[in-house]
Amino acid sequence: MSLTHESLVKAFYELIKKAVTELSPDVVKALENAYEREENVVAKKQLEAILTNIKLAGERKLPMCQDTGIQTFYIEAGFHTPHLEKLKPAITEAVRKATADALIRPNTVNPFTGVNEGDNTGRYIPYISWELVEGNEIRVYALPKGGGSENMCKLGMLRPGEGIKGVKRFVVEAVASAGGKPCPPVILGVGIGGGADLALKLGKKALLRPLGRRNPDERIAKLERELLEEVNSLGIGPMGLGGKTTALDILIEWAHRHPASLPVGVVFQCWADRKAFITIKGDGEIEWR
Amino acid sequence: MAEYHLKTPLSENEIRRLVVGDTVYLTGKIFTARDEAHKKMLETYERREEIPFNPAEMAMFHCGPIIKKKNGKWFVVAAGPTTSSRMELFEDKFIEFYRTRMIIGKGGMGERTAEAMKKHGAVYVAYTGGAAVLAVEAIKEVEDVYWLDELGMPEAVWIMRVENFGPLIVTIDSHGRNLAMEIMEKVEKKKLEIIKNL
Repeated sequence: MSLTHESLVKAFYELIKKAVTELSPDVVKALENAYEREENVVAKKQLEAILTNIKLAGERKLPMCQDTGIQTFYIEAGFHTPHLEKLKPAITEAVRKATADALIRPNTVNPFTGVNEGDNTGRYIPYISWELVEGNEIRVYALPKGGGSENMCKLGMLRPGEGIKGVKRFVVEAVASAGGKPCPPVILGVGIGGGADLALKLGKKALLRPLGRRNPDERIAKLERELLEEVNSLGIGPMGLGGKTTALDILIEWAHRHPASLPVGVVFQCWADRKAFITIKGDGEIEWR
Repeated sequence: MAEYHLKTPLSENEIRRLVVGDTVYLTGKIFTARDEAHKKMLETYERREEIPFNPAEMAMFHCGPIIKKKNGKWFVVAAGPTTSSRMELFEDKFIEFYRTRMIIGKGGMGERTAEAMKKHGAVYVAYTGGAAVLAVEAIKEVEDVYWLDELGMPEAVWIMRVENFGPLIVTIDSHGRNLAMEIMEKVEKKKLEIIKNL
């Protein structure tokens, strides 16, 4: 089966639509659990509004949040795929079409002139993060993420002597200072190690993991569990109005570090943890997952 | 923690009755305003010129909606609140100049806004962040838009008619209480305790 530009545009359009209108089951479940657990009246009202909103958005195929972010795609492309060159033009066209159909808000602003381009494209945007992997398949992840949570992201270049305790302190401080601004309950992606850019990138990539899937390294899984408990004991609660649920999960990814550096990238995602994936097989068949 | 169903225009009496923790469902007119719209309206006031609507008769909504035009009419697709703290730069002056009595947003606001609300009789109410489709349920009509070409869709001022818009939780009342700040003070203490025990 040959993979045409038109069929790819259609697939990416549907990918964007799925990402902005439906939450994946892991996120819905985590929000429902939080609703059951909360005792604070205001916190319960916030979670109730969130759950009703998710239901309405899914039924009506409407974007669950008006802030659909700057369009961001993670691509893991097999070395042997014949379809590489078709991806970027198709993504750009799908983004323009989704904007024209009011599925996503026009969000690309020139930082110097303040002019909004109006179609969600611009310099480096849609942002595509490329990674080359084994095989002949391509996986494309859409991660439309709002500005409110993005504004709370933090990079710490810690002194290695501070160790993992320092990492914990940095994460707890980042969450405490963000308060209600990133639309809690949040999901935190934390990247540890690498350089400044890699720490943040790993933090963001961690958000592609399903909630509840612990890091395969038991020591890191333990760190994830401990941090989640500590962050939730802060009492920020849904929308910063108090309660037990500040974060739904904390996902950690890591890289080796320089002897003199201990970078920590803390990436906030709001409760509207929108993510959708497709796989393009070597023969051009598109698989939804 | 009482529940109120209020209609615009809001009187000072109605506003002074509200206290932190109360829930409001609002019917009437709201206007959206974000960073650029605030800047524009404050500059217009300072030039002693007039803006094309009266903010005192409506509630303000910190929101940059997605809007669609169909058969020459505007329709709201999604309209959740944006982070209000960015507007802390402008809000005390805005309340003083334009006397808006209710501000709807998310994440809460700071001391300057709370002080202006106490002085002039206004409240800040929190609407659930991201609940953009739930908001559309309550928005019955887009009545007008100002500065659309100049500011773009998210930053333009949209005038909307709403029915039972909510739940809106009073988090800054006109008596000096600020719920989000009270919670953040507790969070700060808890944070120090957690860090000490790491």
